[in-house]
Amino acid sequence: MNNSLILIIISSALVNNVLLSRFWGVCSFLGVSKQMKASASLGVAVIFVMTIASAVASLLNDYILVPFGLEFMQTIVFILVIAALVQIVEMFLKKSSPAIYKALGIYLPLITTNCAVLGIAQLNAMSGYTFIESVVSGFSSAVGYTLAIVLLAGIRSRIREEDLPAPLRGAPIVLISAALMSIAFIGFSKLSF
Amino acid sequence: MNKYMERLYNGLIKENPTMVLMLGMCPTLAVSTAAINGVSMGLSTMAVLIFSNLIISILRKRIPNEVRLPAYIVIVASLVTVTQLIIKAYLPAVDKALGQFIPLIVVNCIILGRAEAYANKHEPGLAIMDAIGMGLGFTIALTLAGSLREILGKGTLFGMQVLPESVSPVAIFSLPPGAYLVIALFIIIMNAIGIKTRQRQLVESDGCNGNCAACAMQCDERKEEAK
Repeated sequence: MNNSLILIIISSALVNNVLLSRFWGVCSFLGVSKQMKASASLGVAVIFVMTIASAVASLLNDYILVPFGLEFMQTIVFILVIAALVQIVEMFLKKSSPAIYKALGIYLPLITTNCAVLGIAQLNAMSGYTFIESVVSGFSSAVGYTLAIVLLAGIRSRIREEDLPAPLRGAPIVLISAALMSIAFIGFSKLSF
Repeated sequence: MNKYMERLYNGLIKENPTMVLMLGMCPTLAVSTAAINGVSMGLSTMAVLIFSNLIISILRKRIPNEVRLPAYIVIVASLVTVTQLIIKAYLPAVDKALGQFIPLIVVNCIILGRAEAYANKHEPGLAIMDAIGMGLGFTIALTLAGSLREILGKGTLFGMQVLPESVSPVAIFSLPPGAYLVIALFIIIMNAIGIKTRQRQLVESDGCNGNCAACAMQCDERKEEAK
């Protein structure tokens, strides 16, 4: 593995974490993090879909959109590819491994409208990543997503036991926890190689 | 109040997409670094929303029910591409500040949510008023969040110095954590003065009734399938 791939991994999983610094996919971050098990399952589903979506989007971009000068079609092509991909992955899992389908099933459609997947596909194209770099970037961003959502789910399971002032209950305390996590993640931006 | 004004009131206050319905959190958090970014993002989203509501309302009897979501996504994605190209051509400064976030308007829950909840059931005139109300509500919320972050984080508002030079700004508000803190602050204030928000949707979904109308709807289909 060469140096630039390691840089991509660190940068997309920690420094520019999709949830804590780019704010892509925050709806599911705040919604699903109520339960630890659901968060972990969603995380795995996102890793799965985002890696495949980055690979497919990168191939389409390099071999169809760029050679024909159709880069302006990226948004339409990527969102359709992601939506179709999620459907195919779902049908495939349903047939081939019902156990995984049962665990991830309800999270797959959520991912179509998760802006993190579209955002990363666009970012890869914008940064001019090669196929391998795109796949690595998609995978490590999704790992960063999983890390953040599982951590928040852990924090929330503790918060539930606390006696909070009334106006802070519900969304505010979750947002404040996310802010504190985000402050901690800023520390990673001082990593240098 | 006639039904057109009622739509405006509904979008601006009663069902304000950001503050009350808690929709479209991603752009709210991401682009609220400065007041001007909030205005630009709000207006871009409003432009897309007006045209998507209009087109979907006109085509509401022609789009077959089974494929309505893919059809909506194609309509919205085309409009976003047009918006993106116009911004690139005429407003390079906005493109530089918001470039990455313009394509993500496609997956903004507000747009698919309004298509599903309103535009596909009502006549074009009402659908447009609904879009204007929701769009303005979104713009105002984004601008408020952006102004607060800019004042606290940089001491400026729309680029002009508002805090005295001797007060040193709290840089954390310009950085990502500030976005979470400012939105938390808004909800705390609304809780304290007793305005009901649908934040339950935001933080208490089990994955299937997430706060996005489009996701929730697909989940409904799934639940029916499971029965």
